[in-house]
Amino acid sequence: MEATQETGNLTGIRQIILVLSGKGGVGKSTISTELALALRHSGKKVGILDVDLCGPSIPRMLKVQNKAVHQCDNGWVPVFVDQEQTISLMSVGFLLEKPDEAVVWRGPKKNALIKQFVSDVAWGNLDYLIVDTPPGTSDEHISTVEALRPYKPLGAILVTTPQAISVGDVRRELTFCKKTGLRVLGIVENMSGFVCPHCSECTNLFSKGGGEELARHAKVPFLGCVPLDPQLTKSLEEGQDFIQEFPKSPAFPAFISITQQILDGTSAQTS
Amino acid sequence: MEEVPQDCPGTSSTQAGKGASCQGCPNQRLCASGAGAAPDPAIEEIKEKMRTVKHKILVLSGKGGVGKSTFSAHLAHGLAEDESKQVALLDIDICGPSIPKMMGLEGEQVHQSGSGWSPVYVEENLGVMSVGFLLGSLDDAVIWRGPKKNGMIKQFLRDVDWGEIDYLIVDTPPGTSDEHLSIVQYLSAAHIDGAVIITTPQEVSLQDVRKEINFCHKVKLPIIGVVENMSGFICPKCKNESQIFPPTTGGAEVMCQDLKVSLLGKVPLDPQIGKSCDKGQSFLTEVPDSPATLAYRNIIQRIQDFCDIHSSKEEKLISC
Repeated sequence: MEATQETGNLTGIRQIILVLSGKGGVGKSTISTELALALRHSGKKVGILDVDLCGPSIPRMLKVQNKAVHQCDNGWVPVFVDQEQTISLMSVGFLLEKPDEAVVWRGPKKNALIKQFVSDVAWGNLDYLIVDTPPGTSDEHISTVEALRPYKPLGAILVTTPQAISVGDVRRELTFCKKTGLRVLGIVENMSGFVCPHCSECTNLFSKGGGEELARHAKVPFLGCVPLDPQLTKSLEEGQDFIQEFPKSPAFPAFISITQQILDGTSAQTS
Repeated sequence: MEEVPQDCPGTSSTQAGKGASCQGCPNQRLCASGAGAAPDPAIEEIKEKMRTVKHKILVLSGKGGVGKSTFSAHLAHGLAEDESKQVALLDIDICGPSIPKMMGLEGEQVHQSGSGWSPVYVEENLGVMSVGFLLGSLDDAVIWRGPKKNGMIKQFLRDVDWGEIDYLIVDTPPGTSDEHLSIVQYLSAAHIDGAVIITTPQEVSLQDVRKEINFCHKVKLPIIGVVENMSGFICPKCKNESQIFPPTTGGAEVMCQDLKVSLLGKVPLDPQIGKSCDKGQSFLTEVPDSPATLAYRNIIQRIQDFCDIHSSKEEKLISC
């Protein structure tokens, strides 16, 4: 029997936000992780659902790659990232016997696991559930949106890098959102400029402005630019809390601004 | 392409045609009769079609955004600089087809002829095929589940009139899923020379790339080698090097040593690469003096050498 709005593991969740991009490698998992950390620092309880079954990045980004999931009466218990249990995470990464094991599944099998991830994880009460997705507009995306539909997700954040090649794929993702009735909370332009740590010269490694231009063209909010920041990359590699450890880093203000816009948006909705 | 039910167990599953989700599917009788378990006749058809293709190279990565399409496009350009060679570039990234834009072919359409679909030509000796050419507008999204994507890939291999080709390069989406299984399956009778695997230096990429290497082993796909892309950036002002994607676990070099695969080379970050791709031009000819161009050229040579050694080995086996 399908879970309804009134019952099921998602009923204790206030807001569900998807992080999408048509393009791979633009920073969806990075944005998902940093948004979760920043929301936690704002006093919120956050869950992350990682539905990238082939390339699950989030466990490592939060230093929980060696943890395992356990079962309870309501299903799977998500992995808690911290002792205070303010961030919880579910990912296929926790189900693999070996970390390098490849999940070589066709669509139907992926769809089955995604349905389980959506309905069978005992999240408890959360202020926000962030759903990190793989690139594209295929099985994972269709299944996730369909499974989440009864719970009325708040909407999607779309991530792009500035150059036209990325923007081209994200335009298609916007079409996906339109077709599936998913509200677009806004676009983030990631890897937007690199400030040389030696001489402070800014180089636009992946061009600049494409994300902002796309937001204008598609009439959706532009949430901001996040610069390339080696401290951020290193922090993700080592599973550190970037928001806590690197408040002076170039990417920090961007994440705080994006998070604030999400908080303002959701409090406006509930008031 | 018929629509398949959402919970389709797969045509070669033991439950094919018999499961609850099979009710009402137009293929139900076919599957229940066991026809799905028989090898797909397209595999033989594709084998015949591929007789005129000397070398087949897949460009893979577990990770998105590491530069597969960029590399595929420049591998194609590099090989096609020898006008005596015929090169074909097949883009099987159905949801995110980047190749048309990168090759300066955005807006082009595919034409049908008596002998099948015609590839779109960049040069006389460089033809391209992508789902991008089948879309009406830049906003059109391909929102397909696996079976429909597989059907498209089958058509690309069976119905495109490639002609006599020296190199067929196949650009893939990130991951280890339908597209990857299908390309390996459909080319199974036709012999793939090998896969070039692209990564960036940081562990977040490498952890996905190790999975891709395991996928290659699982499906017995030879690995030509690994390319480490975005490997360091030299500031144009002060000339100091920065590691934007730091190799915290030793980068591709250590991974290749551990997994005993070849490291074909490292390509540094050059902002001109992205610009060339956005403009649909070959970076190799736009910025011939860049260290990245030199790196690409060395890697392309190593791939050619691999293919040549391979084909002479094959010829020796046949003549024995």
